[in-house]
Amino acid sequence: MRSVALGRDRAAFGRIFAFYGPRVKAYLRRLGAGDAAAEDLTQEVMLSVWKRAHQYDRGRAALSTWIYTIARNKRIDALRRDRRPDFDPDDPALVVAGDGAPRGDRHAEAEQVRREVMRAVERLPQEQAQLLRIFYFEEKPHSVIAEELGLPLGTVKSRLRLALSKLRVLMDGFDG
Amino acid sequence: MTEQLGHDELLMAHAAGRLPEPLALVVATHLALSPAARERYGRFEALGGVFLDETQPTALAADSWDRLLARLDDEPAATGPGGAEKASESRLPRPLRDYLPGPLESLRWRNYGTAAEYELPLRTPGFRTTLINVRAGKRVPRHTHEGNELTVVLEGAFHDATGRYRRGDLAIADRSIDHRPTAKEDRDCLCLAVTDAPLRLTGPFGRLLNPFLRF
Repeated sequence: MRSVALGRDRAAFGRIFAFYGPRVKAYLRRLGAGDAAAEDLTQEVMLSVWKRAHQYDRGRAALSTWIYTIARNKRIDALRRDRRPDFDPDDPALVVAGDGAPRGDRHAEAEQVRREVMRAVERLPQEQAQLLRIFYFEEKPHSVIAEELGLPLGTVKSRLRLALSKLRVLMDGFDG
Repeated sequence: MTEQLGHDELLMAHAAGRLPEPLALVVATHLALSPAARERYGRFEALGGVFLDETQPTALAADSWDRLLARLDDEPAATGPGGAEKASESRLPRPLRDYLPGPLESLRWRNYGTAAEYELPLRTPGFRTTLINVRAGKRVPRHTHEGNELTVVLEGAFHDATGRYRRGDLAIADRSIDHRPTAKEDRDCLCLAVTDAPLRLTGPFGRLLNPFLRF
């Protein structure tokens, strides 16, 4: 990704496109975009990745995380009626941690966060991980999810809470 | 514990892009003011990335890469974050700052004694988004909730039945709680709050004021 940013390296960008293009499209399709719309939006997402490559901060997020957030935001801009306000990491009014301690390798940290989260998901019971995926990748209200899974609504809600609660324990377990 | 779970639930819903605009505004404001919350939030965005990595790919159109290549040239690379901002004027972070028509003093505050309130121009049905300024050491008029309320502290501090909250903290009150925020003695407390149903004033004064406040 660094070579994409620094050298405007098309070959490197091509590899990122080959991997993430079809996944971004899958994400958009699952969230209800038709094939043509998903195709067009994927173009927009990947064009953003190219244009903003120099803004990509490896210390802030893993590449998959960064591309996910771009896809999520583009989808909301294009397909949802209301907006999704978010904080601006470069806002001078942002409150930053006041410890003043020198930071270590922030890229390694972001990558480690990603790995911890991935391992936490792998250790979740299958049906709980499944619910989390649906939560991220489908906009259906809980009631529709319940219907499709053949479960009472209350069960879906409590299972989602259980999944989150377990995920937190697994994620926190990697702390320190 | 339950509170922390509710907090994580909101962070996760924001990361997944599932929150309606007013709730996203409160959570985003909380994130701008709380480095600890941002760190937690980073994990929920990372979770989205993990799901993206492992998702079953959908085939792109055959000319997809060529179409994109053709556009790489004519799109100039975006320059860095746009210029210096007049953020120093305000301690309010984005995106909240961008939602206000002007500085705090210029807003049309509705005064009701111990507190004053300004309703933000958000149109999402079913929600009410307000700035509330509670006078130092004072309590807001009694009210009960017909729905849930999210409050993030922008300036000062307050306490209620559920705990103490300082700048950047997020308070989550569900419909079962009749909470009455009391500002700390030393200064006014400014908050951003969203309720998912109109509030109903219940105290003796509250009842009287009710029609004027259009609650």
